[in-house]
Amino acid sequence: MSTVRDWAAPNPITENRSGLIGKPVDRYEGRLKVTGTAPYAFEVETPSAPLYGHIVSATIARGRIAGIDLSQAASAPGVVLVWSHLNVPVQAQRGAKLNPRSQRGSNPALGSDRVEHYGQSVAFILADTPENARAAEARIRITYEASDADLDFGSFIDSAGPVPGEEDARIGDFEAGYSASAVTVDATWFSPLQNHAQMEPCATTAWWEGDKVVVHTSIQMVKGGQHALAETLGIPSDRVRLLTRYIGGGFGGKGQSYDDLTLAALAARESGRPVRVAYTRRQMFQATVHRPAVQMRVRLGADGTGRLNAMALEAVTHCARNSTFVEHAAEFARNLYAAPHRLTGHRLVRLDIPHAGAMRAPGEAPGMLSLECAMDELADRLGMDPIALRIRNEPEVDPDNAKPFSIRQLVRCMQEGAQQFGWDRRNPTPGAVRDGRWYVGMGMATAIRGNFLLPAKAGLRLTGDGLATLTQGMTDIGTGTYTILAQITGETLGLPLDQVRVELGDSDMPPAPGSGGQFGAATAGSAAFETGMVMRRRLAELATSDPRSPLYGEDPLLMDFANGNIVLGNRSESLATLASRAGPEGVYVEGSISPAADARDWSQHTYGAQFAEVGVDSVTGEVRLRRMFGVFAAGRILNAKLAKSQITGGMIWGVGAALTESNAVDPRYGSFLHQDLGGYLAPVHADIVNLDAVLLDEADDKANPMGIKGVGELGICGSGAAIANAVYNACGVRLRDYPLTPDKVLAALEAKGL
Amino acid sequence: MRTEIRVNGVDHAVDVDTRTSLLDFLREQLDLKGSKKGCDHGQCGACTVLVNGVRINACLSLAVMHDGDEVTTIEGLASGEALHPLQQAFLTEDAFQCGYCTPGQICSAVGLMAEIAAGQPSEATADLNAKVVLTDAEIRERMSGNLCRCSAYPQILAAVRRAAGAAA
Ligand code: FES
Ligand code: FES
Repeated sequence: MSTVRDWAAPNPITENRSGLIGKPVDRYEGRLKVTGTAPYAFEVETPSAPLYGHIVSATIARGRIAGIDLSQAASAPGVVLVWSHLNVPVQAQRGAKLNPRSQRGSNPALGSDRVEHYGQSVAFILADTPENARAAEARIRITYEASDADLDFGSFIDSAGPVPGEEDARIGDFEAGYSASAVTVDATWFSPLQNHAQMEPCATTAWWEGDKVVVHTSIQMVKGGQHALAETLGIPSDRVRLLTRYIGGGFGGKGQSYDDLTLAALAARESGRPVRVAYTRRQMFQATVHRPAVQMRVRLGADGTGRLNAMALEAVTHCARNSTFVEHAAEFARNLYAAPHRLTGHRLVRLDIPHAGAMRAPGEAPGMLSLECAMDELADRLGMDPIALRIRNEPEVDPDNAKPFSIRQLVRCMQEGAQQFGWDRRNPTPGAVRDGRWYVGMGMATAIRGNFLLPAKAGLRLTGDGLATLTQGMTDIGTGTYTILAQITGETLGLPLDQVRVELGDSDMPPAPGSGGQFGAATAGSAAFETGMVMRRRLAELATSDPRSPLYGEDPLLMDFANGNIVLGNRSESLATLASRAGPEGVYVEGSISPAADARDWSQHTYGAQFAEVGVDSVTGEVRLRRMFGVFAAGRILNAKLAKSQITGGMIWGVGAALTESNAVDPRYGSFLHQDLGGYLAPVHADIVNLDAVLLDEADDKANPMGIKGVGELGICGSGAAIANAVYNACGVRLRDYPLTPDKVLAALEAKGL
Repeated sequence: MRTEIRVNGVDHAVDVDTRTSLLDFLREQLDLKGSKKGCDHGQCGACTVLVNGVRINACLSLAVMHDGDEVTTIEGLASGEALHPLQQAFLTEDAFQCGYCTPGQICSAVGLMAEIAAGQPSEATADLNAKVVLTDAEIRERMSGNLCRCSAYPQILAAVRRAAGAAA
């Protein structure tokens, strides 16, 4: 196993001789996307005319299907088949694994008469057209026997239980440290249930080729989806080919497969035709996962100079009754600020509602909405600048485990951000700045998000036309994977970008873990880099061992790669010639990356500082963003343009979390109150003004051979807290119940006599 | 129902199910899958197309209502290999990530430019008696019917501005 020291030597990426690394090149697949020709899962070409599936969803929270009559639907125009739990083809039991190495177990659809949440699939219709499939739903008669359901998070918070297998993290003696502190903050925040609302609803197109099923589905993880379907169907995974080339947003919500995949595969098998199945927008809200609500109590104790003595973040959240997902909203606090006495932990409530799951920066996204505002309150109480308070509590080593930081530029992020944002123009007295009917204020918060490297492989083929084609069972969910892998491959082989191809999202390709947890670029990218290095060695051996090459007999270790050639001094040979001599298939190699044995000896994170200026309407209570700016440190940046898009996209998610995004459970049905994009308010264009970000120069030599880290989730971290702090600075009102909607702001203003 | 409709310059005379939305007609029957279905009820703009030069949500309109109409979709904007200036600007400014909202954004922006050229005011127009100009506020307001969950709004603004500059 390698250690981080093995990564220390200069390599083609860190040397970046042709300058492809960091270059703001256009998106690799951009042309397809702007011309509308990138086929998403529902749109792929099928071998023959497809049929259309439509899923029917449960309308109760918990209970059983007492009766279901499909006969009217089955005889409806154009209908090919109708299934309920009574006649759906056999599938393996939930969670079953034929192959113990499967990453996911069986995920049957319509598996029983039991209803475990509103929106669960209860029937499926296959028809010749989408119109006929949808229309037949009205002819299905279902009667339910409803059981009591636990739906209201609020009423169970006090009785929340521990998280199985988890203990509170305690360092020092929090209670003693807190009560001995001169200045304290003790307050509770609430972050509501949120939905991913990816623009592309989950969808699958499936057909069978003999005993093998081909599925195109919208999913972030290739292997997980392939294995889940194979286990559900009870077939070996090499009889499932799963493709996911273009994905209309994931954000964690497509980290797993849903019933569209299972039912499309089953229906294609039964009908002998290709089948397309998509969830409707309404169904997406309850049939897929959401971010759970979190209640967070923060207690901070400091001395008169602002030095933290005690810090606690205790989070209570919820998940579905049989689920294991936990929104770890307190975890980030373990690594952020120094304090000798610390307490962090989570409590869980189980509800009969749809499944909670990962959503962009699970943990940090809601978690930082509490602690980063508590720090603002503490600064206010101390009469200190919020940045100065944070700098005073900047740890020298990771406060959780005393490990050294691989690199930590948090202070630099805050200082450069302050300067570029004009933080010195902030009036620290709340409510002091008016612009007509608007109260105007500024706020800041920090950002922290972990960095990870997972094992991954890649394949690389060089052909006689001089093209290098990288293949990987990886996904690009809008994150830029295609582009950065092309840049890495080009730089490693000394090839211009127009000679590099990237093919992703196919379970037949060398596996990578997919997109999630901000680990995609580092993981898939490092595998691509290592594969490029394997190719360099292979090409060097081919050239130096072949009498037809001008490099024959030379030391392969001395070879260089530039401008499409393999080079030694003034002698060179083109890679195209080398590849064509190797045979009609050219040269194919595979490579892989795995975490260094000692990687976790360092504390590894990405960091940032967020700054916001808002206006609060004194008449309506509306909060409007006026400008927003962030400075981030996230390792070496592979593509300045695409990385910035990821970061600003994340920041805007924070704006949504702070100001508009929220869902709630309807206590009558266990459904969500908002089941469309008119009710669930993700930010729209007019909500976002003057928002920009800067990425610092950085290379983290403990992270991976290229010194890169992830940027996909960092931008959302702390973003909403900066806005909430700006609201306080604007009007002197502390609101801890997100989102900060006009009704809450107005009530608070009135309570203050404003 | 018999419907004659011209799409991207090609005439179609077809029998259409009266329940078929313009969006499903384009996607499933004409195989023009560039127009996206994000919500199927008028709340996201992913399905935006131009009907007789005016932008509409194709999901909110039935195909049979468009007898005699001329429809332009994202597939009809480029001329051969040459991208429409807005397509090029979206590419240059990185005004998208997953790309799912993008065809709708671009068609919407084409419609927006036509509205400005025709002097149609919006909520963001400060002076109704003056000539309507393409300010950032106008772009933000007029593009707010097109959701982008990837949140490429700053880049979309830059792209529309860039294309407008090129057109001016
Ligand atoms: S699909 Fe038409 S507006 Fe959403
Ligand atoms: S680019 Fe993904 S929704 Fe706009």
